[in-house]
Amino acid sequence: MKKTEKWITNTIRIAGSSSIFFVMMIFIFLMREGIPALHDVSIGRLLSKRWYPIEDLYGILPLISGSLIVTITSMVIALPFGLGTAIYIGEIAPQGVKEILKPLVEVLAGIPSVVLGFIGILVLSPLMRTGLNLPTGLTALTGAILLALISIPTIVSIAEDALYAVPASYREAAYALGATQWQIIWQIVLPAARSGILNAVMLGVGRSLGETMAVMMVTGNAPTLFSGLEAFISPVRTMTATIASEMGEVASGSTHYRILFFIGIILFFFSLIINVASSSLSVRPKRGKDQVVS
Amino acid sequence: MSAVSFSEAPKSKVDRKLVQTLGFMGIRLITIVTILPILGIVAYIAYKGLPAISWEFLSAMPKDGMRAGGILPAIVGTFYLMIGTAVFSIPLGIAAGIYLAEYATDNLWTRMIRIAIISLGGVPSVVYGLFGLGMFVLFFKMGISILSAVLTLSIMTLPVIISTSEEALRSVPYKFRVVGISLGGTQWQTIHKVILPQALPGIVTGIILGLERAVGETAPILFTGATFFLPHLPSSPLDATMALPYHIYVISTQIPGMPITIQYGTVLVLLVFVLAMNIIASVIRSRARAKRQW
Repeated sequence: MKKTEKWITNTIRIAGSSSIFFVMMIFIFLMREGIPALHDVSIGRLLSKRWYPIEDLYGILPLISGSLIVTITSMVIALPFGLGTAIYIGEIAPQGVKEILKPLVEVLAGIPSVVLGFIGILVLSPLMRTGLNLPTGLTALTGAILLALISIPTIVSIAEDALYAVPASYREAAYALGATQWQIIWQIVLPAARSGILNAVMLGVGRSLGETMAVMMVTGNAPTLFSGLEAFISPVRTMTATIASEMGEVASGSTHYRILFFIGIILFFFSLIINVASSSLSVRPKRGKDQVVS
Repeated sequence: MSAVSFSEAPKSKVDRKLVQTLGFMGIRLITIVTILPILGIVAYIAYKGLPAISWEFLSAMPKDGMRAGGILPAIVGTFYLMIGTAVFSIPLGIAAGIYLAEYATDNLWTRMIRIAIISLGGVPSVVYGLFGLGMFVLFFKMGISILSAVLTLSIMTLPVIISTSEEALRSVPYKFRVVGISLGGTQWQTIHKVILPQALPGIVTGIILGLERAVGETAPILFTGATFFLPHLPSSPLDATMALPYHIYVISTQIPGMPITIQYGTVLVLLVFVLAMNIIASVIRSRARAKRQW
């Protein structure tokens, strides 16, 4: 009896620490495959402006710029819609409507990114081409719109938690002072929830930066450095799409292979910083709310 | 809060009401614009994909370079990947959740575990693919196989299962534990016989949502287990496999002259698969909430 108890407790303890082990494994294996890239290609060449592996040109700046254009644009689109929807669900909607909207947002969270990419190719990109009169509909903006759809559920869910965590007494005090509900939302609730909203944006950025399939399918995959406003409606290539589309064709151990891993290391650290920083901002709902698991 | 004043402007009450009405209209509009694409995408895929669905489509091998016949190997492959991921990630995830909810004290190690879980949750899917390639495919020489893909997907799914399990266990009131121990149960007996059954619906919901994500992912299996085409069903865990998400990527971008109905049909099958899991999770959650005695 005692012995089984001890055995089970130890197993649970080991399982509890497994996450640390896995993060270390990811770190070690990315380093193991990616760091030797620095022997083959100097940092200076890595930070140059052309990505053309066939001719040994491994400048990753266009890829970083591609990722940034698509991610930032997607946030500019997703933030008003995500925050607006969170305000509606959290502050305005009647209970019945809320019960319908929340599962719908979860449905969006569940749609695989390859499915959104598919719709992007067949529906969105022809619309962009004819609507904006472009030579191709596969552009940074097309990718950003899909990314906005992908990050909206994250933003809605975290922002709604943040709104919910604002104590009822704040609202009541404002009511007592004669404020309208609209004034309360804008002048009391949103400012009080700002760190949670910032957290929502950061996690949205994390999702967008790491998203692969949808972006790869609709951004046209041309590694060009940002060069003015037309970059938004031109094809780009993100870091994730580069890894996904080229890894299948390289010999393992080659310079190209190692540099793709090196890009993976950059992505890994970006995501690590964003997620750890945002977790220090995160608010846990205190009013005994049933958390939306997602 | 002293800076806030609701009567600063000489606006009449009617003005403030008007602002509120317009503001609410704006927020409602934003919500509608956010929700409509979700419904639109699901409805459009159902409309375009349904004509392709037939018994043959679901149960036959692909023919004619995948331009005819069925998608059985992709469906079966996705099932294998889901079951394999469940086998590894469920026991480990629940055990880790139990550790965090019931055993862990608030010390440095526990904080490190939490940071590790947050980091695992934020690692981009394509980086999981690189890690799986470096560790399972190459280092442990498992090759491009179901096993490599399943292990990669399991680590990706783990943070979801751990956090939802912990959340579910923590929501069981403290008195259940006191009663369990006072009746002479050991800590593990109390957890096993009293706490776990109460937390089970929450845990199951988390598992389904975690597996739903694994089923829809493409990037992590891209270089660990997915293959373009397989003339037979996989017969061992060391075989590579076709899978629905990767198949969608292949038929929508790599094969010229692919009949559009087959493309939409394949997307519909994956979407139904994923949304069914989503709905099952919601049903379990709301039924458990209604039945809860505390």
